[in-house]
Amino acid sequence: MTQTYVNDFATFAANGGSAGPGWLPPLRHSAIERFSALGFPTTKNEDWHFTSVAPIAEREFQIAPPAARRVVASDLAPFTFGRSEWPTLVFVDGRFNAELSSAESLPRGLVVMDLKRAWREASVLLEQHLTKIAAFDNDAFTALNTAFMSDGAVVHLAADAVVDTPIHLIFVSTGITDSLVTYPRNLVVAERNSKATVIESYVPLGDAAYFTNAVSELVLRTGATLNHIKLQRESEKAFHVGNVQVTQERDSHMLSFSFATGAALSRTNVHTSLAGEGCGATLDGLYMVDGEQHVDHQTLVEHIEPNTFSRELYKGVLDGASHGVFNGRVYVHSKAQKTDGKQQNNNLLLSDRAQIDAKPQLEIFADDVRCTHGATVGRLDEVALFYMKSRGIASDRARELLTYAFAADVIENIEIPAIRDELEEQTLRRFTK
Amino acid sequence: MLTIQDLHARVAGTEGREILKGIDLTVNAGEVHAVMGPNGSGKSTLAQVLAGNPAYEVTGGSAVLDGQDLLEMDPEVRAQAGVFMAFQYPVEIPGVSNAYFLRTAYNEIRKSKGLPEADPLEFLDIMEEQLALVDMDPGMLNRSVNAGFSGGEKKRNEILQMAVLRPRLAILDETDSGLDIDALRIVAEGVNKLKRPDSATIVVTHYQRLLNYIVPDFVHVLSAGRIVKSGGKELALELEAKGYEWVDQKEEALA
Repeated sequence: MTQTYVNDFATFAANGGSAGPGWLPPLRHSAIERFSALGFPTTKNEDWHFTSVAPIAEREFQIAPPAARRVVASDLAPFTFGRSEWPTLVFVDGRFNAELSSAESLPRGLVVMDLKRAWREASVLLEQHLTKIAAFDNDAFTALNTAFMSDGAVVHLAADAVVDTPIHLIFVSTGITDSLVTYPRNLVVAERNSKATVIESYVPLGDAAYFTNAVSELVLRTGATLNHIKLQRESEKAFHVGNVQVTQERDSHMLSFSFATGAALSRTNVHTSLAGEGCGATLDGLYMVDGEQHVDHQTLVEHIEPNTFSRELYKGVLDGASHGVFNGRVYVHSKAQKTDGKQQNNNLLLSDRAQIDAKPQLEIFADDVRCTHGATVGRLDEVALFYMKSRGIASDRARELLTYAFAADVIENIEIPAIRDELEEQTLRRFTK
Repeated sequence: MLTIQDLHARVAGTEGREILKGIDLTVNAGEVHAVMGPNGSGKSTLAQVLAGNPAYEVTGGSAVLDGQDLLEMDPEVRAQAGVFMAFQYPVEIPGVSNAYFLRTAYNEIRKSKGLPEADPLEFLDIMEEQLALVDMDPGMLNRSVNAGFSGGEKKRNEILQMAVLRPRLAILDETDSGLDIDALRIVAEGVNKLKRPDSATIVVTHYQRLLNYIVPDFVHVLSAGRIVKSGGKELALELEAKGYEWVDQKEEALA
């Protein structure tokens, strides 16, 4: 169905969909050409070996029209952590909704705006970074997103700005019609020694089979710290491909958390380039799926400069006939001496039909490094279950408690209490009847 | 209180030979019974079978607690009925705090008796009372159950659980193994203080050492899945002096 997208692009471009600065239309054109050449990846592609995107490729998705349903603030209540004071941008079916957003009185040094406004008011910043971090040469989904992107969030942190309140970006799908596609495109630039937390939430109001193809580009300048929390809670019929691309300068610290419980088929990439001495990345994630859900995470940490570190913990809880994939690559360039890398992926299978493919990969071209990795797949520990029962705890309760404990372990790594508490609460609700 | 008759058991799911080959034992309220025996005699299996470990399968006989068939009950029901086994190897449960674990257990047992549950603050008071008993730091309550605890800490944690849950029948499965003399003393004193006229204790041990601190009313010697000798506390001393070969030889002589 590659041709459908190419045709749609012609219409999109002819209708002025290519709004933005002069450098953008040629880039969109080369992106759609690249997509046309690449086509959707097949399972012969090593990066997609365990995930077939045929359900996406075989379907004709239409660019979502303005939402047919009026969305009001109370619709979003389940997704806002009860924190109306957080700077929030809301996108409904891919379109910025000013009425539901609140990013007016921001702390000093913080700019949060939608992409359309940023074309006008932050054009230099966009020209400098947008599309520079997430390359589309080898990525059909990023190529599509680049061709069609029209809305998303731009967050800029000035040098030394330390913002304590999280910034929440909510991408809500109204889910009235099937087969709509949105292309959120986000850019976060954290200048020298700045610090902030950005949450990206992908949530549904209905249960339609829509498709979210999102790309986020994150730039951490020298000494910056960025917490990036991605919450993929799409409808259980939806498709989600989210690409988080990060570039880091000296002494910066990226803390990424990917929480995925939604979608029929989802893929999240978190790729970071440790391109300055002393910088590091903490990449954590938790995926919990059931039924026929398929959830795939691919992480890549490129240690480019010496003395960089990475810490990675991804946990999965798979029930029903669900299928999980974790592919974690740590690539240490020859120059990156004294790299300190740790990667761990632990999976808990709650049913005989659930399946996990875990593929940790270490590729090391420097000779003085300390890197470890490991993956585990297991079931609930029978001995621990007996221990709990022998203390009077009923069997179901013991199972719930052990499952929750397995998952909560990684949530504890989240720095912001409000986010941690909410995710713990959601996880607890999931496993306690 | 507890009557065991002709109890047979083996490892579950195997057609293998029986580990318990006919145990008879009666325990009354207020009594302390020591079950001793060499490795492989079945003494730990007896403890596990009474607690309901699904790793073992009962192949014959009965165990009745207060008129109820113990062997028919799930492990959690046994605990609710007042059975508590202190594990030889307490299990680590990362991610579940000691306080939460113990409060859940406490409340499940309360619930089964139709009693109101304790909220976290009430429960904290209950626990703090018992912490001193086993000389445990309150900080341990917020740590994951047994995770990263030393051997001694784990055993003290077992006794803390026992103190909070107040069982009617406490079974100590080789609680003395891996303990230095100081830890042993703390654990034993805890057990002694928890003794009540309406409760009973079964101490399973390889060595006589623990029995210097927890003085038994009866000592039973297990060999090859049977109780081959029973007596008073002096039997433990005799065993210590003569070794297990002594009872084994007597066994053979009888056979």
